[in-house]
Amino acid sequence: MREIFCADDLGEFGLNAATSGSAFVEFDRVQKSYDGEVLVVKDLNLAMPKGEFLTMLGPSGSGKTTCLMMLAGFETATHGEIRLDGREINNIPPHKRGIGMVFQNYALFPHMTVAENLSFPLEVRKMGKSEREAKVKHALDMVQMGEFGNRRPAQLSGGQQQRVALARALVFDPELVLMDEPLGALDKQLREHMQYEIKALHDRLGITVVYVTHDQSEALTMSDRVAVFNDGVIQQLAPPEDLYERPDNSFVAQFIGENNKLTGKIIGRNNDKVQVSLADGSSIEALAVNCGGEGEETLMSIRPERVVLGDDTAQNATKAKVLELIYLGDHIRCRMNVHGNEDFIVKVANSAGHTHLKKGEETTISWLPEDCRALDI
Amino acid sequence: MSETATNPTDGVIAVDGTPLKRKLARALFRSRVRAFGLVVPLLLMIILAFLVPIIVFLTQAVYNNSFERYMPSVSPMLAAWDAESEPTEEMFAALAADLVITKNNKNIGKVATRVNRELSGTRSLFTKSARKAKKLEAPFKEALIDVDKKWANIATWQAMKISEKSLTPAYLANAVDLNYEADGSYTVKDEDRRIHIKLFLRTLQISIFVTLAGVILGYPVAFLLSTLPVRTSNLLLILVLLPFWTSLLVRTTAWIAVLQGQGVLNDLFVVFGLAADDDRFSLIYNKTGTLISMTHILLPFMILPLYSVMKTIPVSYVRAAKSMGATNWTAFWRVYFPQTIPGIGAGGILVFILAISFYITPALVGGQNGTMISNFIDFHMRSSLNWSLAAAMGMVLLVIVLFFYWLYDRIVGIDNMKLG
Ligand SMILES: Nc1ncnc2c1ncn2[C@@H]1O[C@H](COP(=O)(O)OP(=O)(O)OP(=O)(O)O)[C@@H](O)[C@H]1O
Ligand SMILES: [Mg+2]
Repeated sequence: MREIFCADDLGEFGLNAATSGSAFVEFDRVQKSYDGEVLVVKDLNLAMPKGEFLTMLGPSGSGKTTCLMMLAGFETATHGEIRLDGREINNIPPHKRGIGMVFQNYALFPHMTVAENLSFPLEVRKMGKSEREAKVKHALDMVQMGEFGNRRPAQLSGGQQQRVALARALVFDPELVLMDEPLGALDKQLREHMQYEIKALHDRLGITVVYVTHDQSEALTMSDRVAVFNDGVIQQLAPPEDLYERPDNSFVAQFIGENNKLTGKIIGRNNDKVQVSLADGSSIEALAVNCGGEGEETLMSIRPERVVLGDDTAQNATKAKVLELIYLGDHIRCRMNVHGNEDFIVKVANSAGHTHLKKGEETTISWLPEDCRALDI
Repeated sequence: MSETATNPTDGVIAVDGTPLKRKLARALFRSRVRAFGLVVPLLLMIILAFLVPIIVFLTQAVYNNSFERYMPSVSPMLAAWDAESEPTEEMFAALAADLVITKNNKNIGKVATRVNRELSGTRSLFTKSARKAKKLEAPFKEALIDVDKKWANIATWQAMKISEKSLTPAYLANAVDLNYEADGSYTVKDEDRRIHIKLFLRTLQISIFVTLAGVILGYPVAFLLSTLPVRTSNLLLILVLLPFWTSLLVRTTAWIAVLQGQGVLNDLFVVFGLAADDDRFSLIYNKTGTLISMTHILLPFMILPLYSVMKTIPVSYVRAAKSMGATNWTAFWRVYFPQTIPGIGAGGILVFILAISFYITPALVGGQNGTMISNFIDFHMRSSLNWSLAAAMGMVLLVIVLFFYWLYDRIVGIDNMKLG
């Protein structure tokens, strides 16, 4: 699925949209508080171009659902403006926004059949009967549920209910569809299958999707861009590659994927590189991403698969003691003591002729300064 | 897989060779026995203290043997009699003989009461004749008619023929304003004696009104309770339940204080000029009083099932409806309301059944036109001592309740009912 979009293009477009004001969905300095004491969403700025698949990812309670509900109109923003297609929608009631929505528990009406569920949004739009039936049939076929029109939601499996919910959110041709953890209740295999189907539908229909999830692999595989939420603030908004390879701050680095941490004090700066002195007395070179000036503490993040074994002539080469080896088939996970950090993980690919490590052995590892990102602490 | 095998007759075979079905049944049997053991005490209690008394009492509606039992000689003759021809000398002789016996064993009162129910004024005829029966001599026909001319009256004998039948539809017929005649036919009672049907209709009318008023008043309250935060809703729920902590009698008398002519409400009406001081509304000791106080007393039974159903409906349904373009009203009517029907059904049936047999409140505040069938049953149980008629009216009431239950099942479906 990776080749579906071109990350660079979208990144640029995203930036342009944010500045030019031609975005399809736009949050402008939005704040939200439920109780007047705590800000659940703090200063949210977000611009989405038409057709984008944007995922909100973040730990529980970080304000993802709240953002979605403000966009759908079920919660009002305490401050700031939300715009849809250039129009301010803060005061437009939900039923006039024309936004499709898939809920976490699907919210299929239990007293209606599948077909009646799908026909509901068309009925409230006063669509004629024959047109309605055609659209319902088309939408059900689209999610391969054509034969289930006469069933009640209770007579469907979780995955089938999920598809019906999806079809119902799409049947009235909304341009924007919101999904709040739609796959949360499914098992892993079905979830992966549905991820693929949702993504395929998005590509085919050209709709704009705001998707909320807990699951980072889901976010990374499906999205054009991911907004990482924490504590009511977007920590980073970027395409999946950037998010993984170029995290802006230590929260994102730790939240997305696996990550080795080293802390130290900055002792010198040379363009985009900093020299950091570690607790054990040694000093390493790192890429200055989001760190302070000389004399300040920083947290450096190194991805396990970016660490190279052997080669003691390389930059940043250091001695490492092997503490634990876990065989995982395609790679071997190796826990080492590096610069005093006993949880330093190195992934050794199980390729022909790879270095065979033994527990207790002392070896040399190294990494490129570009792969060691100095971040906030 | 190797441990189980299938054979065409027994299906799957368990490891030890017995058919799996039988093994399962054996395993389940023990847990069923245990489960049954746990409910036995309650089951016995229900049978002994509830079902048996009800059945015994209801049999009185169709069975009363006080004539046949104490008048053994004349009874078979009455049964054979065609209810039209002159009673024969033999019948008079048997009657005289029976009267002597009943006089001696002091059962004449029961017999006289029984016949008196069919034809009023015959009580004294029986007691008087029994007193003189010992001295009577053949021919008994003339002798008895000598004692009282009423013995010559064929209506007396017809009343006896009706009383002679122990298993009789007479009481049930009476309960629905019909006369059961000696020849086995039914006739409608005179206009001014048809009171029961009117009473049943009024009881139904009051019950239906109270149920509907309960839905209309209770639905918004239950909705509010289900949407408020738990803390507030618990507090309000206590207010809803508060009436349960005061006795029914207190609540009813409180309504008397509020609604009576010199009561709080009428005083307010006068103050605000809605009623003249000498022409106050009569809000109590009539149907209005019964309706107001019964609606109030039964309202919690409506609110509680409604609330418990509404609490289980996630807000996401209504939100989903709105996101699809439904206005507030459409979302409520097409999505929310249908899901509360089980609650309305449960509360409605509960309130209706309680209302249809309500007793204390109509007795205290009902006055002339606000009393209900249960007050009449009480009258026959305690004042007129016509238990058989009371039982017959109870039976009709039971049939009405069962009919509504059946109707509800047909329209809404009983398995749709949610009590909590
Ligand atoms: N109706 C509400 N009233 C008061 N506080 C609320 C309400 N809804 C959410 N909150 C609070 O707002 C914060 C953010 O909630 P939100 O539901 O947006 O989180 P989330 O990111 O969707 O979490 P999750 O991943 O668990 O769904 C939480 O601390 C939550 O307690
Ligand atoms: Mg959420």
